[in-house]
Order: sequence, then C-alpha cells, then structure tokens
Amino acid sequence: MAAGALAERLRRHEARTRLRFITCGSVDDGKSTLIGRLLHDTNLLPDDQLAALERDSRRHGTQGERIDFALLVDGLAAEREQGITIDVAYRYFATPARSFIVADCPGHEQYTRNMATGASTADLAVVLVDARKGLLAQTRRHSHIVSMLGIRQVLLAVNKMDLVGYRQDRFEAIDGDYRRLAGRLGIADVQAIPLCALDGDNLCRRSAAMPWYPGPTLLEALEAAPARTARSDAPLRLPVQWVNRPDPEFRGLAGTVGAGTVAPGDEVVVLPAGRRTRVARVLASSGEVAAAVAGQAVTVVLADAVDASRGDLIAAAGDPPEVADQFAAHLLWMAEKPLYPGRRYWLSLGTRTATAQVTEIRHRIDIDTGAELAARHLELNGIASVRLSLDQPLPFEPYAVDPALGGFILVDREDHGTVAAGMIDFALRRAGNIHWQHLDVDRAARARLKGQQPRVLWFTGLSGAGKSTIANLVEKKLHARGFHTFILDGDNVRHGLNRDLGFTAADRVENVRRVAEVARLMTDAGLIVLVSFISPFRAERRLARERFPDGEFIEIHVKASLATAERRDSKGLYAKARAGLIPNFTGIDSPYEDPEAAELVLDTENEPAEALATRVVDHLLATLA
Amino acid sequence: MPSVAALSHLDHLEAEAIHVLREVAACFRKPVLLYSVGKDSSVLLHLMARAFAPGRPPMPMLHIDTGWKFREMIAFRDRRAAETGITLLVHTNADGVARGVGPISHGAAVHTDVMKTQALRQALDLHGFDAAIGGARRDEEASRAKERIFSFRNAQHRWDPKNQRPELWRLFNTRIHPGESVRVFPLSNWTELDVWLYILREGIEVPSLYLARERPVVERDGTLLVVDDERLPLRPGEAPALRRVRFRTLGCYPLTGAVESDATTLEEVVAEMLATTTSERQGRVIDHDPASSMEKKKQEGYF
Repeated sequence: MAAGALAERLRRHEARTRLRFITCGSVDDGKSTLIGRLLHDTNLLPDDQLAALERDSRRHGTQGERIDFALLVDGLAAEREQGITIDVAYRYFATPARSFIVADCPGHEQYTRNMATGASTADLAVVLVDARKGLLAQTRRHSHIVSMLGIRQVLLAVNKMDLVGYRQDRFEAIDGDYRRLAGRLGIADVQAIPLCALDGDNLCRRSAAMPWYPGPTLLEALEAAPARTARSDAPLRLPVQWVNRPDPEFRGLAGTVGAGTVAPGDEVVVLPAGRRTRVARVLASSGEVAAAVAGQAVTVVLADAVDASRGDLIAAAGDPPEVADQFAAHLLWMAEKPLYPGRRYWLSLGTRTATAQVTEIRHRIDIDTGAELAARHLELNGIASVRLSLDQPLPFEPYAVDPALGGFILVDREDHGTVAAGMIDFALRRAGNIHWQHLDVDRAARARLKGQQPRVLWFTGLSGAGKSTIANLVEKKLHARGFHTFILDGDNVRHGLNRDLGFTAADRVENVRRVAEVARLMTDAGLIVLVSFISPFRAERRLARERFPDGEFIEIHVKASLATAERRDSKGLYAKARAGLIPNFTGIDSPYEDPEAAELVLDTENEPAEALATRVVDHLLATLA
Repeated sequence: MPSVAALSHLDHLEAEAIHVLREVAACFRKPVLLYSVGKDSSVLLHLMARAFAPGRPPMPMLHIDTGWKFREMIAFRDRRAAETGITLLVHTNADGVARGVGPISHGAAVHTDVMKTQALRQALDLHGFDAAIGGARRDEEASRAKERIFSFRNAQHRWDPKNQRPELWRLFNTRIHPGESVRVFPLSNWTELDVWLYILREGIEVPSLYLARERPVVERDGTLLVVDDERLPLRPGEAPALRRVRFRTLGCYPLTGAVESDATTLEEVVAEMLATTTSERQGRVIDHDPASSMEKKKQEGYF
C-alpha cells in the first residue's frame, strides 16, 4: 500500500465516531447469537478466538455441532457452567464509519443491577424479542430500566423470523405492541427490524426471505443512530475532580467538562459556595487551548484565587444549575440488605460526596405492570420513587436534563458496597438560589454535616459501678455506626481541666458544672457526648440537664450496690477510703443520691456490660428516629 | 469553536482514561502505576503525563521483574523512568529466585504464579498500595470483558467476579477498608487497534520489539521463540535461525511468541493490525487452556 493511501486510511480510522449500546432480551431470545454474529460478520472475531469458541461449544455448548455464540460473551466460568449471563460483558467492533462498544446485559431479574451498569453509559438499546413469543415480562422490565436510565432510542430486534415463516403480519403485530409499551415509558424513538440472527438475515446483510421489509439492517441502523453525547450547546458544567498544584505558581482545577464549552475569559461561578470569577486559562490533553467542549478532560486556571476543590462545580455564571439539599428521585436498590428510610448512606454525584438519607418511600414501582405500590422498605432490584435529604446542599440537574449531574449512587457506610443507583427528578426545597454567599453555620448545621443529632449520655453511679466500661463499649458501637462521639470521663477530666478541684461538696458541684458546660459546647459542635461521672447529687445533675434542649440529655443510672462496687474496687479506691486516706468518698463518707427519673437504669449486677451497652445504643437510636 | 461531534472515538477514550487516572489520584491514599514496559504501559505513561500536566504524576510506577524479560525491555524501562522523572520501583520475588523458579525449569504456570502473581502481591503488600493501575483491556480475553474499571480486591487480593460492585455512569465507588485495594484499568474500553492508532497519533515511543527485524528464532510447538540470551536450552535439532519477526505483546521471552512480519514502522504495524485475523494473546503461552484460566489467575491476584 502506498504511504499516502495508508496514512489516509489510518486517519479515517482515527476519526471514527462511536456509539455505545446495550443488548437486552429474555433468555433464549438469541441475544448472544446476535452479538456473536455481529462480531463474526464484521470480521472482528479473530481466528484463534473462533477456534476456542468451537472447542468450547463442543464442551459446554447448547447448539449441538453448531457454534454456541453465547460462550463468546459469557466469559465467567460460572456463566458457562450455568448457561446464564450474570454480569455485563463489553465487546468491541467497528465498521469503517464507526466504533461500537456493546454491553451485553443479563436478562435475569436477580442481575438487574448489572443491566443498569451497562445501560447507564449507553446511547441506545437493542431489545430482542422472539418472533414466536412476542413481548414477555422481561421485555417490559428491560424496557422500563432502559427508560429509567434515560435511553431514548430502541432498536427492536424481532428475532427468529424464520420460525414464524418470515410473516410480515407477525412482525407488525409485535412492532405495534412494543410501540404502545414504549409510548407509555416515554421512549420516543423505536425502530423495529425483523431478523434471523442465526443466519445473519437483516443483521449485516439484507434478507432475501423478507423482501417486504424496506428498512435498514441492524448494522445500518446502528451506524446511523445519533450518540447520546454530552451537550456542548448547553451552559458550562465542569465538576472539579482534582486540584493540580505542582508548584506555588500554578493552581489548576482538573475535571471532565460535563456540558457546554469553556474558554479563557468566560464568566463562571463556583458552586455551591457561589463565588464568581473568570476562566484565565484552559489546558486540554494536548496543552493550552482556546476552548474545550463537553466530553474533554481539562485543567482550568481561574482568574481569582477563589476557594475551589474536589466536589465543587464550575458553572456558567449566567446560567448556573439549582442548588438543593432535598430531592425527589427514582432509586434502583442494588444490595441484599434492604433499604430502610432513615438510614444514612454516602451519596456520590458528579465529583461530590454527601451523606444522605431516604426520608420517605413514596411508592414502589412494579416493573412488570408499572403499578405504584406502597412500601416501607425496598429489596434487592426494587425500584421506587423516594424523597431524599442530604447533609449539605449540592448543585444538580434533573437526570432527564443531564445524567452527569442528576445521576448518583449510594454507598453503604459500613461495608462500602454500592447499594443504589439514583436519578434526581426535581428539588423539593431549594437550598437558596445561587446568590447566597455563605451558610449561617449554627449547631443544627454542624450536626447535619455529621449526619446526626447531638445528645448527651450522662452515666451516673458509684465508683466501680461500671460507668466507664459501659461508656467505652457504647462509644465503640456508635463509632462503628459512623456517629461522631466523645467521652468525658471523670478521672481524665480531673487530670486536666479540673485539676484544681478536690472532693469537697463545693468542688464536686463545680466539677459537674464545668463538665456540663464542656458537654454543652460539644453538642453545639454536633457531637454525641458520653459523660462518665459519679455526679452524686441530684441537683447538679438537674442543673446539667437544664443546660440542654428538651430530649437531648439522657440520664443513665449505672447501678451496683455499694457492696458490689466495693468488692470490685478495680482502682483500689475503696480500700484507701476505708483506710481514711481519701476523704469525702462517695458511698463511704459522702452520699450518693439515686436518680429519680433516669431515662435508663442499668443493673450491672445481673446483666453483662455488653448487653447493657446495646440497650443504651438502642435507646439512643430510638430517640434519633 | 470545536463541537462535540468533533470528538472522535479516540478522543473519548483518551478523556475517559484521564478522568479515571485523576479519580485515582484524588481518592486513594497510596496509588501506584503497574508498568510492564509494553505498548499498553507506554500509552498509560503518556496519559499520566497528560492527566497531571503541568505537574508530575503524583504516584510511582512499579515493575514486576520476573528476571526473564527481554533485555531491551529492561533498558527501555530504565530510560523511560529517567526521562519522565517518575519514581520506578522494581520488585522480584526473592523467594522464587532462591528456589530457581523459571519458565524453562518449572513451566509457564508455576513461573507465572510465583514470579508474577505472587511477586505482585508481595510488592503491593510491601508498599501498602491501595490502588494499582494497570493497562489491561476488556477486548483481551473473555473474563476481562466482564471486569469493572475500578475492580475491587479483598485483603487477600482476590477478585470476586460474581459479586462485582455495580459501576454506573462515571461514578466510581472508591471506598475501601484498610488492607483492601482496587485494581484500576483506564484502558478498559480500548481495543488493540485503538492502542496502536493512539500510539501513532501521539507519536508514543514503544520498545522496538514491536517492529519487525531479523531476530534469532527457534520454532517450538508452533510458537516462534526469540533466543534473547543463552538461558534458553535448545532441544535436539533446534538451531536459531534469523527470521523477520516482531511481537504483538511482550512478556517473559521464553513464553512470548513472535509473529513473522514485514512491518518495520508504526504505520505498517497498524496496517497489519487492520488485516489481522488472530488475537494478540495468541502469542501468550500462559493463556492457552484451560479456557477459564485467566479468570482463575485473576481471582488469585494476577493482573
């Protein structure tokens, strides 16, 4: 080949556009055969892979002596053994005009989450239907997921036409059925193609058996379909991914342009803070550029040294998105552990992470019928319309407008699994328009940031009753659940803050007063404070309680008889007190006044500390609900 | 003003890979680039420079040296590390060396397990890396076609293919517990042809082993082996003959088959790619049989 011709050919390859699509259908609709044939007929199936396929077909295949194309895409051992598709397989092929990325999606309901993974990045869906069977429950479910994830183009592949005698009326009946379904689901663009994937009819070449069909082959339709790319004619949306600070001279904000264009001189606003500035420089992958468009990875330098970091959004100053902390959204639940409203999860949207809770399941959606059903929780693969509350406001777009700023995932705070995919419908309460500059940070705002409500757990009881032991266990449990806690322990505080105080009655009162004030400051900071203090006098405990809003102070009487406490005497204090070495020791020569209305009484003589700690946690959680 | 339509397939692949690399830098405590000297690693190195420009990539690169790489690969590696200024870490399984493990004495399977898989796990544990970036692509092999871009590994480095984290849109769940890690594959959606087209477009340097040249070759069990040093014992009747060959993939020289070729320039390599009817991993002795061996190796911690 002449060098010039080769260069031209390579340039054309390089300049190819691309389309990402998914294939979905019920078991035995011939989905894998269709993909296998597409690869085979576009010469994208290398000889050695074909040879391996023939070998595997004889070993595991279901097609007798014929090649079982399913084995080409079912790449996991478990899939081959069970003859089912568990996870998405990505395959690649190309024509001179276009590169294709195919996500072959599992059909079984239990792997719906994997289908959602494939559909989330697709421009188009190829939905397979067996011409003999017409639409099945799975067809409806898959189409629902396709629609929910915002795919608006469907190629309806009516397969196995050979088994219905290539009849036009059968094809048209299925086409009609599907268009009615698509209309209900808001899928605007449907093109039906009669196929026989096994023989390649209307796949890459026209079928001689169906002269009545005037439309394109599947491959032609794929080549002609528009890609769902990010919109460059929209206002700028650039989520900051990473701050690039190689030296004191350069501070760049790196990210992928989600929508619009960005050029030096553009007026922008950094959200959610709302600070305005201009773009000074734009660096794309090849270096400094005059402008960059949606889809490109860039680094921008802003004209002013405004505070901006990962999670912030750089947006067109003249047309910024809304900022909100409460949303109506659709949720696909993807974990074995059910969703319960009130539980907190990490939410990732764009490059930002917040803490979120589902405050209400408005209704569950029966995906087979489209019916809206009442639900108190959501199981694996459940789909629901929910209300969501976040610990901070964030900039967003409805999913239908921009999937990159309207799609989010929820992550479990304990096992770190990805438990849900969500799509924002609209904001329930605007956190304020973009003109506000700063949040008023009050105690409620601080607590909200921590995703909790402040509380004081006030453990009172004799020395040796078990206060510190239980408080420690409680703190460990709360910490494991992601709560922000702090223990104020009598002994520790006396080493520092209260070093100047003795054990006279007056000093004991002052001791408790100071600790109550410190606890109060800590609850203002949003913490759950565990106070482990003998605090023997009712009056001081009441004084402490009155420092807090109603319901925030929880008095816990850690109860043991003096005899038991003295027998335990883990610090040897009772012995010293009995010997007269410690004056005013509670229980010996200073009184302990039992609480009259403690929220909890823990009997440490009859129950182990672990069980008592669990009771405290349960009580606390009940007050938070 | 450029339009979105102007972004080609390669532009999209490049942007996606850069996005992934930045996500790693932003979300992990101690990431590393696994550098294997081949064409995919060369592309990754190029993308790293672009992702973090004008700064230097904020992570080191790690080469697992089995002791059986082509000599040119080692020289190329050291030169590229010096030129890019990225810290190069080299790890060899000392225990394997002490036991004399090699591809000729122990066979491909044991050699790969001890000198690659176990060596990699040792190195990751030794340095405490929580994210390891690799150049694997989904078009290479059927189990890779199933793998996520951010692929979770438990504290024993195991992959659970039946229970992968869903990976939607461009939202990568990067949360892990201490001891756990992720393998990250920025080139997941690239094909071998895309890699070559990009190398050509960007003028990326690759080892000359990819270009055809007269090399001393013996043909063994249908595979063309280049005799890179005196450690390859010749069987009776075998005599190295000069043949015009190149490599589509690079690994340990006794395990990597060459192909006969006249492609002496990158353009010619790509032209050959466009006409080829075999996959690149065909030259890899370790991949043959049993069919799901790659999945098994990956579960055990192989890249």
